[in-house]
Amino acid sequence: MSAPRHADVEIGDRLPELALPLHRDDLVRYAGASGDFNPIHWNERFAREVGLPDVIAHGMLTMAGAARVVTDWTGDPGTVVEYGVRFTRPVVVPDPGGAVLVVTGEVTGKRDDGTVVVTLTATSAGEKVLAQARAVVRLT
Amino acid sequence: MAFDPSCAGRTYPPSAPYEVGREKIREFATAIGDHSPACRDPAAARRLGHPDVIAPPTFPAVLTFAAGRVAIQDPEVGLDYSRVVHGEQRFVASRPVHAGDVLVGVTSIETARQVAGNDLLTTRCDVSTVDGEHVVTAYSTLVARAIAGS
Repeated sequence: MSAPRHADVEIGDRLPELALPLHRDDLVRYAGASGDFNPIHWNERFAREVGLPDVIAHGMLTMAGAARVVTDWTGDPGTVVEYGVRFTRPVVVPDPGGAVLVVTGEVTGKRDDGTVVVTLTATSAGEKVLAQARAVVRLT
Repeated sequence: MAFDPSCAGRTYPPSAPYEVGREKIREFATAIGDHSPACRDPAAARRLGHPDVIAPPTFPAVLTFAAGRVAIQDPEVGLDYSRVVHGEQRFVASRPVHAGDVLVGVTSIETARQVAGNDLLTTRCDVSTVDGEHVVTAYSTLVARAIAGS
């Protein structure tokens, strides 16, 4: 798919939706890659002891997964110049079973400096897990 | 140990230099399921105008998470890490991180507030090359949840 061009993108354009399965091994892999070894992301006993329903995904893994709606769309991870989210709810990752993160994106702003604003939604088990999730994306 | 909102504005010394390697970027991209050629293949990255393979947008967290420990563990800040959840995260980039970058992070405390019994700490980490070129700034809000019944 060719990269979207700034001139062709309109407010209201929807980006292709992504459904990202998350299993325990994905959390362990992210822990290793990121250096965040907090046991709430891999140790069920520990997670329950601190009052969580079960092991939860790293917020940063959810954030990174949601960004893929944007970077898959542009074909270049370097196009994201600004990206922010609020974490509203943890993504609970039971074993067996895992979770599915569903991410949608919509163009909600278009600026004269060659960027567009994409607003993302991310849900897991039918609940919103991110709020105010917005990326500023530079297009050619 | 009590949370001290007057710690806002505090700045910590720069982190040790972090050298970004191609294989680290590949490992991180794989861990988040990003299969972009620009994160793996230097030629593909160059075709998009980048000097080497580039990191996904949230990769700087690898560096800023480690750099931010100086604030989170500062006894004078008094954040109870056992009650902490990640509240907000934002990256503002001047350019993507690429392989070969040698980066340092300077962490400072942007705001420190108490809201409804929760302690909210927002840190800022300015990431630059060792030559002083700004690459990205990460803002991170951690929330130490109110103790139930208190």
